[in-house]
Amino acid sequence: MPRHDWLRDKACLSGVGETAYLRGASKSAFELQIEASLKAIADAGLKPAQIDGVIPVGIVSGTADDFIENFGITDLRFSAVVPHGGASPVMALQCAAAAVASGACNHVLITFGRNISAAAVHKAGARIHSMPQFHFVTEFEYPMGAIAPAQLYAPMARRHMELYGTTVEQFGEVAVACREHALLNGNAVMKKPITLEDHANSRMISDPFRLLDSSLESDGGAAVIVSSAEAAADSPQRRVFISGVAEGHPDSPGSITQRADMTSLGLAKAAPRAFAMAGVTPADIQVAEIYDCFTYAVIRQFEDMGFCAKGEGGPFVQGGRLRLGGALPTNTHGGLLSQAHVWGLNHVVELVRQLRGTAGRAQVAGAELGVVTGYGDMGDGALAIMRRG
Amino acid sequence: MSALNPPVKPSPQITELSRPYWDAAAQGRLVLQQCGACGTVRHYPRLLCSVCHSDAVTWVPASGRGRVHSWTVAHHAFHPAFAAELPYTLVTVDLEEGVRALGRWNSDAAPAIGLGTVGGFVPREGGVDLVFTLDCA
Repeated sequence: MPRHDWLRDKACLSGVGETAYLRGASKSAFELQIEASLKAIADAGLKPAQIDGVIPVGIVSGTADDFIENFGITDLRFSAVVPHGGASPVMALQCAAAAVASGACNHVLITFGRNISAAAVHKAGARIHSMPQFHFVTEFEYPMGAIAPAQLYAPMARRHMELYGTTVEQFGEVAVACREHALLNGNAVMKKPITLEDHANSRMISDPFRLLDSSLESDGGAAVIVSSAEAAADSPQRRVFISGVAEGHPDSPGSITQRADMTSLGLAKAAPRAFAMAGVTPADIQVAEIYDCFTYAVIRQFEDMGFCAKGEGGPFVQGGRLRLGGALPTNTHGGLLSQAHVWGLNHVVELVRQLRGTAGRAQVAGAELGVVTGYGDMGDGALAIMRRG
Repeated sequence: MSALNPPVKPSPQITELSRPYWDAAAQGRLVLQQCGACGTVRHYPRLLCSVCHSDAVTWVPASGRGRVHSWTVAHHAFHPAFAAELPYTLVTVDLEEGVRALGRWNSDAAPAIGLGTVGGFVPREGGVDLVFTLDCA
């Protein structure tokens, strides 16, 4: 058995960077990725050639070789691919933390860029069916009209509603909290306030998901640097430590249809490990950045992490708990629902800013401990518990 | 899209592993993989039995009967070939053989968890759809 605390505080986030988030970017996905990467490297007080590990998230744009060549890295010591969609950025934190803790390298660049507007296959519905991890869905479900993630994920949400009484209003609480936070953020795609009524009246996409339950399609890049605690000791930034990190995969990861319990995600397996590693409990968490491909996914992940009992995620998000000033401010940047969809690497960036105390108007006062989750493909999950250094 | 070139629904990307399923489907029969060693039924088709790791397979007929596990009603066409069918319902069914299937729901009754259902293949241009309806038996 691995030691439960094998990675506790061995690695830290030393740099973060983001491009502007928008629709219709003029830069390519790789250009956006490079821009974000250079910002993160500068933020960490490093030079590009000092990067000695790289994890390009999902290989949708640049490869490790591209970074060696563009940055003039003479001795890249570590590279990896983490192929789990929106779970990849947080899974990459575990991978990078393990790499720097082992001594394989000092500074791992985790980087992502996308230009959906320019992509040959623009819509998520068509795009996912070229990915090998979706082959079951592509063969057995897509031909009958189960095309986009909204349609594939909706049965999970519907079953949760039927079994536990989860409501449209509870979905709306997530959407409204994210939008409120996006309005405080100068770098968010969505700029108009919404109400619970706006949410409930928004166009139905795939019942029970409405337009305002659904994440954005947007362009941009994001990057973070994971360094060993020692290598970042003289970093210009306050270090943010990875205290607990874990990934988990649901049963039947390739299709929700065949999953024994379709209301449970891989995160349910990962969360006990990450909290044990960090030596904290959900009650200790002061700020949460939760992967929000759909509003329901946030509710479900709070249950899977043990913030509330199974079936109680709906009531948990009510009463303003997720809003700034509430008991657990969540998606303080606006999330995938209202800031931008860069596979949740923006969630990692935001948690680092919160724990540095540089989150601007969305700063959670005194935030010292937070959690970020990733959720990808059909239910793969990951979480990282981070601590202000 | 012009009327002369109507959008075409996607076809299954059939593999050697799944070919017996689609060959039977084309004849209107629903068949499932059963482990040739330990007898466990599995779906969707894959190489190994996850219980005993045998790759021996027999294909066994399924009744098409089951119970509704969940569903969604599609109101937005993510593919133009489905636009004319909106809204349509996709239903996830617990088959009585112990695996699940996703299909189109064809009943005036609203789906509900646990509702008895029976399914079979219905031909359409370029393939077949697995279609479930209320089981009145």
